[in-house]
Amino acid sequence: MNFEPKIVGFFCNWCSYAGADLAGTSRKKYAPNVRIIRVMCSGRVNESLILKAFAAGADGVLVCGCHPGDCHYLKGNLSARRRVAGLKPLLEAVGIGNDRLRLEWISASEGPKVPETVKSFTSEIKQLGPSPLNGRHNGS
Amino acid sequence: MASVRSDENIELMTYSEVVDVSGYVGNFKVKIRKNPRYVDEDKCTGCGVCQEKCPFKADNEFDAGMGQRKAIYTPFPQAVPNVPVIDRDVCAYFLKGKCQACEKFCEANAIDFEQTEKFVEVDVGSIIITTGFDSFDPSVIAPYGYGRYDNVYSGLQFERMSNASGPTDGKLQLKDGSQPKSVAILHCVGSRDINYHEYCSRVCCMYSLKFSHIIGEKIPDAEIYQLYIDLRCFGKGYEEFYNRIQEEGVNFVRGRAAEVTDLAETADEEGKLIVLCEDTLIGRQRRIPVDMVVLSTGLEPRADAGETAKMFSLSRSADGFFLEKHPKLDPVATMTDGVFIAGCCQGPKDIPDTVAQASAAAARVLSMISKGKVEIEAAISVVDEEICSGCKTCLDLCPYGAITFDEEKSVAFINEALCKGCGTCVAACPSGAIIGKHFTTEQILAQIEGVLV
Ligand code: FES
Repeated sequence: MNFEPKIVGFFCNWCSYAGADLAGTSRKKYAPNVRIIRVMCSGRVNESLILKAFAAGADGVLVCGCHPGDCHYLKGNLSARRRVAGLKPLLEAVGIGNDRLRLEWISASEGPKVPETVKSFTSEIKQLGPSPLNGRHNGS
Repeated sequence: MASVRSDENIELMTYSEVVDVSGYVGNFKVKIRKNPRYVDEDKCTGCGVCQEKCPFKADNEFDAGMGQRKAIYTPFPQAVPNVPVIDRDVCAYFLKGKCQACEKFCEANAIDFEQTEKFVEVDVGSIIITTGFDSFDPSVIAPYGYGRYDNVYSGLQFERMSNASGPTDGKLQLKDGSQPKSVAILHCVGSRDINYHEYCSRVCCMYSLKFSHIIGEKIPDAEIYQLYIDLRCFGKGYEEFYNRIQEEGVNFVRGRAAEVTDLAETADEEGKLIVLCEDTLIGRQRRIPVDMVVLSTGLEPRADAGETAKMFSLSRSADGFFLEKHPKLDPVATMTDGVFIAGCCQGPKDIPDTVAQASAAAARVLSMISKGKVEIEAAISVVDEEICSGCKTCLDLCPYGAITFDEEKSVAFINEALCKGCGTCVAACPSGAIIGKHFTTEQILAQIEGVLV
């Protein structure tokens, strides 16, 4: 069976979400695997939201925020960076794997970067296969 | 400008710079540095004697470096206010401690070498940013020879030369003072070129056409060449103007110029500048010998646009200009409430478009003023006092200092007007006591469930 990963994307309203919007208004196509959830700032994303996404069956989680120094709220993205970095070893330890979590900086003007990021992350997750927590694909 | 200055509701601050901005829509605090001009604005009558008597000179910035101005000067004849400024880097008094000629001749006693910079703080409700553009510096395109050949001029230089109050009193002339018999105008210098700026600067086609009209008027028998990629005469009446210029006998050559050289290959190229290009309409390489070359330089973001963007928390688009809130539906507002942009700081545009955008920005501000109230973000955070354990984790995290600690109740408290709703505190609260309205944990969890079915 063809594996189509399900990826949860947390996109910051001001940069990445606007960037995705721009990708849309400039009619750029991107893979439907990433399902975007809008947050006001990447700083709103914490460990529990990410873990919840994995627990609910996500094969990957993509957190996107403004470039460092560009956060609309000055430094929320720095909190996000710290949290993601802190969570990765844990994901590795529990067997989910740290490659399934990715943090990217995408500014509002980087429309083309959204499809690129989605594409590269989706193909990476495809290679990794379904998440061990994801019952739908391994038949358990 | 003069009517702006005389309006009693407008305070015009020239020679001043914003150094710090804080607060939020309806309640900004702006700190402004007033640079010392060493001339008392209230006493100066604008008679201009000081500028006549001052013995020291520097290149005139307003004339794009072509003419000279004094060490004490007004930047251009219609400057508002009509009060000169002393250039510290040129003035002999500041350099060596002597001269003071201006002071001696000033009847109004307006010269004041002791002035220092002053800081003022103003409370404002909204901000409109209209910082404009920089003109592209053509010397970085080495093959065009700007700065190397005497008779290669930038668009701005030609504009000043053709102006009656410019450095040549409106006479079109070569470096040696003689009249050019042939002129080539090279379009898209710095624009529509992936090596410099990918975008179209939007004004150069039209000003290039205007230049050929001016040349035709001042030197009726001159040969004029326009070397263009495409002519973008998009505005009202622009196409008609293009047709008129064609009728005036200007030579239009479709093709971007490759090089400007003084290496003559034939006798009639001797002593001339030769423009090399491919004429794509006849499919041939051409060498066009001319006396004068004008580079239609494009527009670029101001060199300090990055700092300005930081100060007012603006975003910039990939080309470096300030980013509007929405490219189609909200082209004057920005991501920061209460901060608007107009004119070329948002992207290259011509005068009608600039006026339209500026009027729109002014109207937006006025509508906020006449309402008297501003609506603030509904998506803010609140603390559930029942759950808050008083750990103070959130206090340092808030980028706006919106969270204070209520010592009496031993809980955190969020100021609704200061909170912008980023949610960083919501994410960090170990006891889950902070609720991010419109983005509650329950809502986001439900969304996660929803997108994964
Ligand atoms: S607002 Fe985009 S990361 Fe904070």
